Amino acid sequence: MSSVAAGDPEMESLEKSVEQFLQKPRKNLALVRLREAIVFFLLICCGLFSLLVTVSIVFVLISETITFFDFDAVTLGSFVGSAKWSPQEGLGDTQNFGVWGLISGTLLVTTIAMCFALPLGLITAIYLSEYAPRKVRNALKPILEILAGIPTVVYGFFALTTITPLLQWMHGGFEIYNATSAGIAVGILCFPTVCSLAEDALQAVPNSLRDGAFGLGGTKFDATVKIIVPAALSGIVSAFLLAIARAIGETMIVALAAGSTPQATLDPRESIQTMTGFMAQTVGGDISNFDIEYYSLYAVAFSLFLMTLTLTMIGNLVRRKFREAYE
Amino acid sequence: MSSAEQSGKATADGSPSERATLIGSSRRMRVDRWFQRWCIFIAVVSVVILGCLLVTILVQGSSSINSTLIFGTPEPDAREAGMWPAITGTIWICAICAFISLPLGIGTAVLLEEFKPRSRFALYVYQLIQLNISNLAGVPSVVYGILGLTAFVSMFSLFQNADDPGAPAFEVGAVYYDQFANLASDPFLSTGGDDVIERYFVVPVANRTEPPTVPTPGMKAFEYTDEGMVPAEVTVVDPFDAPTDPEALSYAIDINAVPGRISDKSWYYFQLPFGRGVLAGALTLMLVILPVVIISSQESLRAVPGSLRDGALGLGATPWQVVWNVTLPASIPGIMTGSILAMSRAIGETAPILIICGIVYIRNSPQHLMDSYTVMPLQIYNWSSLPQSEVPESDFHSIAAGGIILLLAILLTFNAFAVLIRQRMHNKLS
Repeated sequence: MSSVAAGDPEMESLEKSVEQFLQKPRKNLALVRLREAIVFFLLICCGLFSLLVTVSIVFVLISETITFFDFDAVTLGSFVGSAKWSPQEGLGDTQNFGVWGLISGTLLVTTIAMCFALPLGLITAIYLSEYAPRKVRNALKPILEILAGIPTVVYGFFALTTITPLLQWMHGGFEIYNATSAGIAVGILCFPTVCSLAEDALQAVPNSLRDGAFGLGGTKFDATVKIIVPAALSGIVSAFLLAIARAIGETMIVALAAGSTPQATLDPRESIQTMTGFMAQTVGGDISNFDIEYYSLYAVAFSLFLMTLTLTMIGNLVRRKFREAYE
Repeated sequence: MSSAEQSGKATADGSPSERATLIGSSRRMRVDRWFQRWCIFIAVVSVVILGCLLVTILVQGSSSINSTLIFGTPEPDAREAGMWPAITGTIWICAICAFISLPLGIGTAVLLEEFKPRSRFALYVYQLIQLNISNLAGVPSVVYGILGLTAFVSMFSLFQNADDPGAPAFEVGAVYYDQFANLASDPFLSTGGDDVIERYFVVPVANRTEPPTVPTPGMKAFEYTDEGMVPAEVTVVDPFDAPTDPEALSYAIDINAVPGRISDKSWYYFQLPFGRGVLAGALTLMLVILPVVIISSQESLRAVPGSLRDGALGLGATPWQVVWNVTLPASIPGIMTGSILAMSRAIGETAPILIICGIVYIRNSPQHLMDSYTVMPLQIYNWSSLPQSEVPESDFHSIAAGGIILLLAILLTFNAFAVLIRQRMHNKLS
């Protein structure tokens, strides 16, 4: 490098540009400082905007939920203590607002979904992280990414037009709209989330642990089940919690495939309604008039927000507090 | 190659027969092999499910992919229905959404990664923002829809619009007219017979809330023609005492006629609150993808080696100069990949849009920021929620499948771009 000839054109142009740079008029320092301050201020505004979003979510949900409880037809006791949900003003029927009628539907769908997504996701993650040859891994990862990128309305359509007929063919008791079909579709939706998050956790376990297990004569199965999975447990649990939160908040699949009959049932063949399904159905109708049904939307959204926020926070906490640091 | 595989080879050393007895004799080895087979089986199942999903949708939708589906408007007859308004709606929404969320998201990421806190209070705020972003990422999108409904559509009912959430309290760029039909157009008064031309007259009114115009003789009326609005001489008559001349009758308005209020909105039409328009939908989607943009931008900023920053700082650059000239250019491929993936999420997001605009029947592409709209996934949802039918006129499930194929094609193109950019960045760094 040091033996650059004096006549090297590249060097000459470089020298010229340095000369030009030095001959540039000095920038006004006060102006530079002012620009720094303005930019910093703008960035702070960007950062505070995300806080503002959270604050306004909480504010909107709480204030409108309070309006909801101001109506005579609803009390806090009947809201959290009853499972009968019939918000429409029918002839002769009374309106009932027992949120458990919706929460039970949500829990049923989520349980079915997790029965599929959690074991399958974890095993696939173990396979990808510990067993799969590089070629298989490189082929499977994009497939998982594609699965994760498919819009949820597509899964809803799939549940309605493929999974439901399949279930009805296998067993006659399934209704057209049923919890199982929606649950399976939500499970497929959550599968990539579980898989990629759990795989990240497994990959984060240092190789020295694997080597130690193999050095003691363990098989891959031994190393995985007795060493690596326990070491990555905090990451895996937080992946599970995030997947459950995602399943609870999923809207389009349940709106299309789970039906619209709010009821507390354990029978997965029946039509149910989840919290999100209720919201989708209500806004699909006429909500221009500000009646009790409109405000019940906010009360349900608030319950949903509390549930998912709790799960997300516990998930983040588990990942951070119980992480086994090996570095 | 991990050391795990090397040690796996080490145990398999020795002659083949010895190896076979070793493996066969050990129960643990058997368990290991079974587990591996089980793993492969599960992985195959997940691939098969994806294949199933794509194949069933292709089978159902391939017959309905044609130019009508792309360039048509939603019609009650499934054979003539298309999703052009939904496609243009998606383009509008995503363009506005990207325009707002990318600067905000990248700005937040730059703040968190490049301007490290210097005081204890600032550190506290930074941690709060960071925790807040990871929690926002877990909020269901339908809750963002509810927030958008209050914050953007009705703007917290700040404009005394509590009884009509989306109605404009303040507006620019709209002209309102009262529309009258001439006597011949009245189906109950067939006074003129068929030889009278149907004409419609419009009378400008000051604003939206003006009471309906009462027909008075000599009022200033206009008629829409091919050349635009031309002044028209109208006569106000009693229907039981109407002229018999067809020419005079075509310019006659019933004295008891009640006009219809129509509006002419220009491309810069703007209203407060935003109503159920494009802007409200785009802002709501912006809230949904903001955490995604922030987190991915943070990761790509973190991947820039610190030596680059130190070098620039050592040459006397200010913090913003470092960001603008060094860090951002180095991390642009990563930020772009994350942003494209976030945009593809915005394209597929249905729930918040459903909350914001409800189920509506839109036949026109949006013309201004406040115009009503629909997006592709919402159109697909509308079609899928109709009952299944074998009759081709009302077989909306197959055109829903066709719409899904279009949507997936767009999303796959986006994802392919993201992967390509990531690949190029990878090559450049190594």
